[in-house]
Amino acid sequence: MEFTELDKKIVRALQDELPLVAEPFKLIAEEIDSTEDEVLERLQLMRKSGALRKMGAVLKHREVGFAANALCVWVVPDARMDEVAVIMCRHGAVTHCYDRNVTPDWPYNFYTMIHGSSREECEAIARQLAEESGVSERQMLYTGREWKKTSMSYFI
Amino acid sequence: MKLELTALDKKLLNLLQGKVQLVPRPFQMIGQELGISEEQVLARLQVLKEEGCIRKIGAFFNSDKLGYRGTLVALKVRPELMEETALFINQFPGITHNYQREGAYNLWFTLITPNERLRQDILEQIKALPGVEETMDLSARKKYKINVQFNLK
Repeated sequence: MEFTELDKKIVRALQDELPLVAEPFKLIAEEIDSTEDEVLERLQLMRKSGALRKMGAVLKHREVGFAANALCVWVVPDARMDEVAVIMCRHGAVTHCYDRNVTPDWPYNFYTMIHGSSREECEAIARQLAEESGVSERQMLYTGREWKKTSMSYFI
Repeated sequence: MKLELTALDKKLLNLLQGKVQLVPRPFQMIGQELGISEEQVLARLQVLKEEGCIRKIGAFFNSDKLGYRGTLVALKVRPELMEETALFINQFPGITHNYQREGAYNLWFTLITPNERLRQDILEQIKALPGVEETMDLSARKKYKINVQFNLK
């Protein structure tokens, strides 16, 4: 979809927090001199085109019981990439799956974020992913200190 | 977080992580599914937010579709200079996540930029830091899944 000036205004107004009021989109519309119908219509288009990935909540996962978090990186043969991705994406405990560049001293090309209540749980999930996909070469990079975690601010 | 999540809280948070409908009264719809009123949904969400179990309720956009480019960068940082390195990296608005990880590459950040010039400029500044020994720019070739959803039971 083509991004209009109105769309950019909508993105700017909505990228932080959805107001916790009965009619949040009406409030947003008033802020940007638009109408509720127009805002909802544009958002539906954005959702359809994939520009709006999600409207909803993201939890502080460490606070709600997911204490162990690992970036598990794998070496997947390029020819098997799509097939392996389907297998790994099926798991609810895996929130991100990316195919990424390699470098001369870094052969890992497939990235999965795994979340569990403990390291043992993360290890068990990784073992299961390995068995189901047939990919054995992996490394678990556990998350330590989180120095920064925010959402991107677009069009500012 | 001091608050103990009730069964209803968990149902509410599970629903809310999935999809807030693009309708005039989205919280009323969530209330209908849970058998509670719109006011109760809003009041409870306010509490859950104040208690610190929600990072954000709102819109999440796909940077690629908005004309931005994202990447993941891994650094080998000298441990004694970790804090000052991490804090320097934090200052850039396009750096949205910056985490320490176990392993030889011990600091990992995501960078989202609207143009190549800014991207290069930020990466050059970071590479030049005294604590940074190695840098890997791990751009995505394909994104298969982004679904940050935690099923609370």
